[in-house]
Amino acid sequence: MTPAIEIKQIHKRFGAVTALEGIDLEINPGEFFALLGPNGAGKTTLIHILAGLTLASSGSAKVMGHDVVTGYREARHLLGVVPQELVFDPFFTVRETLAIQSGYYGLKKNDSWIDEIIHHLDLTDKANTNMRALSGGMKRRVLVAQALVHKPPVIVLDEPTAGVDVELRQALWRFIKQLNRDGHTIVLTTHYLDEAEALCNRAAMLKQGKVVALDSTQNLINSISGVSVRLRLSSDTLPTVLQPLLSSHDDGYYVLTLKEYSEIEDVLAALRRAQVQVLEMQLLQPDLEEVFVKIMGSTESQEAA
Amino acid sequence: MTGFYTLFHKELLRFWKVSFQTVLAPVLTTLLYLLIFSHVLEDHVQAYPGVAYTVFLIPGLVMMAVLQNAFANSSSSLIQSRVTGNIVFVLLSPLSYHEIFLAYVLASVARGLVVGMGVYLVTLGFFEVPLRSLPWVLLFTLLGSALLGALGVIAGIWAEKFDQLAAFQNFIILPLTFLSGVFYSIHSLPPFWQSLSHFNPFFYMIDGFRYGFFGVSDVSPYFSFAIVVTCFLAVSWLTLQMLKTGYKLRH
Repeated sequence: MTPAIEIKQIHKRFGAVTALEGIDLEINPGEFFALLGPNGAGKTTLIHILAGLTLASSGSAKVMGHDVVTGYREARHLLGVVPQELVFDPFFTVRETLAIQSGYYGLKKNDSWIDEIIHHLDLTDKANTNMRALSGGMKRRVLVAQALVHKPPVIVLDEPTAGVDVELRQALWRFIKQLNRDGHTIVLTTHYLDEAEALCNRAAMLKQGKVVALDSTQNLINSISGVSVRLRLSSDTLPTVLQPLLSSHDDGYYVLTLKEYSEIEDVLAALRRAQVQVLEMQLLQPDLEEVFVKIMGSTESQEAA
Repeated sequence: MTGFYTLFHKELLRFWKVSFQTVLAPVLTTLLYLLIFSHVLEDHVQAYPGVAYTVFLIPGLVMMAVLQNAFANSSSSLIQSRVTGNIVFVLLSPLSYHEIFLAYVLASVARGLVVGMGVYLVTLGFFEVPLRSLPWVLLFTLLGSALLGALGVIAGIWAEKFDQLAAFQNFIILPLTFLSGVFYSIHSLPPFWQSLSHFNPFFYMIDGFRYGFFGVSDVSPYFSFAIVVTCFLAVSWLTLQMLKTGYKLRH
């Protein structure tokens, strides 16, 4: 099966700065893939290379088997990119913008699909409004619509929900999930890790131009062993036998890290013996954010060593 | 074809939607030149025997308007798109660099033609300008505006900011057009300046264009044609190279 996206040994230098250092990545058709990493990790540069907005210093990238440089016309037909910056052409209305974008892809009569996108992105009331007159959130919707005019099998969204209200975020994800169910491959970057966890089946974490983790979101989460429990107690001090388990303490809440769930019994027993009452208790499941923090932190300490 | 045609059409709409500024304003400016220069110089200058100075001036001014507006169209469209970032929509699309080149250049030609026609038609209401050879007139209009359209693409890609584009326009395009014989026949110049004018490609565009009206010119229209075609091919080649390699567009 031809991968939806195939990236081999991509390096990118901007003058003396190395933005990407040997990225290898394969994303299969139908995946919902997250590209995660702190600011400056190289996510956007990687997306720009896929889209042909940036030329790699070395290495190759393919969209559905078409090289983004030598087969750029096919590759770009198969790819829809929602850029991160809120850009628009102030000369045109929403509908004109979408018709023009369709034309660039060689589509003359695209009205029914344009209507459908406009409907799904809740732009119907604004269809004949000039782009200048739209709010930031509305402009963001148009950017998404523009990336979809040619029904690309591979859709890349670069921080589509940055600065977007809850309503649009939900509407947007509903639509994107629908597209994914219909067989479109989705790649997204986001700083909201709960979004990535809820939506994506696989994730790559980038740091300083390298892939530092690549696995299914479930495996990444499972890699965090143990479970945490958050307690508020009737006493100001934690019994000494529990001190070794303590991972953090603030605002009256103690967070203890346990190897497995059964250890909760021992914790409760120890509290009972010390005559400390539990006022509140919460089990904390490991999540993608925890994995992210751990991975970003551990590579840091490696580099320090 | 649809991709190219869409970009071309979009570029036409871009200037047409603001035609007050992109068409009417340059027509008015050019007519003011005509009014002032003809008033001041009518009795002092005779470029060609038997041709009134004002009538001599009209084709030059028409061609100047064509060239300046052709340049302004592609260069300002590109710099605006780059500064605001919406050039990304063109760059993300499968449009080939040939299509991008053609669309911007042809839209420039269209703007040049519209403004040139505007000036010409208004002057016809007041003066009788002979028209010896329409083919020469059209040929030089098309070639000249295409050349300046391509130069505009280069300037629009090269300039990072509006002031750099303004510098390109004010320090290169404007002096070359003003010193090309729009306002005078170069035969009236001292020998040194006369020979220097022969190195100015704009001179050939104006001179060939004027030949179409009067059947008289400073150099042979065939020679001018050869020079302008050569310049057009060279500038087009450079522009295509820039677009192909993604110079300043695809980092």
